Amino acid sequence: MDEDLKLHGSWASPYSLRVIWALKLKGLSYEYIEEDLANKSDLLLKYNPIFKKIPVLLHDGKPICESMVILEYLEQIWPNQYPLLPIDPYERALARFWVNYFEEKSVSLWLIFRAKGEEQERAMKDSLEMLETIEENAFKNHKNNIFFIGGKIGIVDIAFGWICHWLKIIEDVGGVKLLEENSFPNLQKWMKKFKEVPLIKESLPNHQKLFLPFKLIRDMLLAS
Amino acid sequence: MEGTNNDVVLLDFWPSSFGMRLRIALALKGIQYEGREENLFDKSTLLLEMNSVHKKIPVLIHNGKPICESLIILEYIDQVWHDKYPLLPSHPYDRSQARFWADYVDKKIYSTGRRVWSGKGEDQEEAKKEFIEILKTLEGELGDKTYFGGDDNLGFVDVALVPFTSWFYSYETCANFSIEAVCPKLVAWAKRCMQIECVANSLPHPHKIYDYVLELKHKFGLDTN
Repeated sequence: MDEDLKLHGSWASPYSLRVIWALKLKGLSYEYIEEDLANKSDLLLKYNPIFKKIPVLLHDGKPICESMVILEYLEQIWPNQYPLLPIDPYERALARFWVNYFEEKSVSLWLIFRAKGEEQERAMKDSLEMLETIEENAFKNHKNNIFFIGGKIGIVDIAFGWICHWLKIIEDVGGVKLLEENSFPNLQKWMKKFKEVPLIKESLPNHQKLFLPFKLIRDMLLAS
Repeated sequence: MEGTNNDVVLLDFWPSSFGMRLRIALALKGIQYEGREENLFDKSTLLLEMNSVHKKIPVLIHNGKPICESLIILEYIDQVWHDKYPLLPSHPYDRSQARFWADYVDKKIYSTGRRVWSGKGEDQEEAKKEFIEILKTLEGELGDKTYFGGDDNLGFVDVALVPFTSWFYSYETCANFSIEAVCPKLVAWAKRCMQIECVANSLPHPHKIYDYVLELKHKFGLDTN
């Protein structure tokens, strides 16, 4: 390997995919190691003792954990190969703000997946509020647009990207409908555009394949 | 881009650990700014305008443009005023580790600490246990270094974490334990940080924080059984 990059990930994990998107956009070669999340490897536990989670990126044998930390790292080392962050400090702060916002609030999306009844309803409400905030604030005008800046995929697109595919899984598995057809027009337009980018399109795991393990996990969580 | 000192405003609230982070960073870098105290129970129009998404402090307004979220503001300050007292390491790997640990502090300390001071009975005991584990993990990361940033200067993680030490007295008093007894190395680190003028001047006295905590408990009916 030219760059000695190894990625410990999981095919079903959107967080894993974020790193793959960044590596591919930057044209970086890497070795991929599929982790069985029900039976984590000793290596994974060694490289991420704090959270014991994927993705973990190894560069020259040194581990970096947390998908967005990994992305910032890749940007630092290979800034000129498909830059993911704006150069201007203010625009950079704005991009980071929305990434941070989504990381914080998207927890409610996963709660829709994990919960039922009242708890799930609350999670739906919180999720809609989040989507509303994004729709209202992130597309306001050309200056404030944080998606596809300069017509290219950036760190915000990558951070938000998983909702284009996993939101439907959450809806189907959770037995709910969050995104009505004509709601959040700007957001849905962005989602459609993102999914059509060839690199993204061909990386997405098959919907049917994803449904089963997510259904199993939900059933398990609700039974406990 | 040269750092310009003109027109830097910090919307702040004196007991906020997140606000304290920025007071420290601005002081370390010698940046002149106007600090505006917000009343979180009566937020100013400016705050609601500058942070319409979260409506929270701290907000840094630089030449009229707002930046929100304390760690993001720290990165911004570090980038714009990069020549004086850099907080993030220059080496990319070390930088990624600093970001990881600052993120860890953000994920763990505030919410667990809150359960420690505001909780009761079993909930509080559980929160206390978790909190101690978190502090011990951070102690492990500190190791034998003088600061998280190294042996000479404060770094990103130091600035992210040290404000919470002004809340230690409150956690200890509300939950009846001694942080020094379980995490002596971390308390020693906190004392070293407090010897730096910029830090000492940016943190309120722990007893003042405790008075504020008592006020909050009373306000939200948390002091009754």
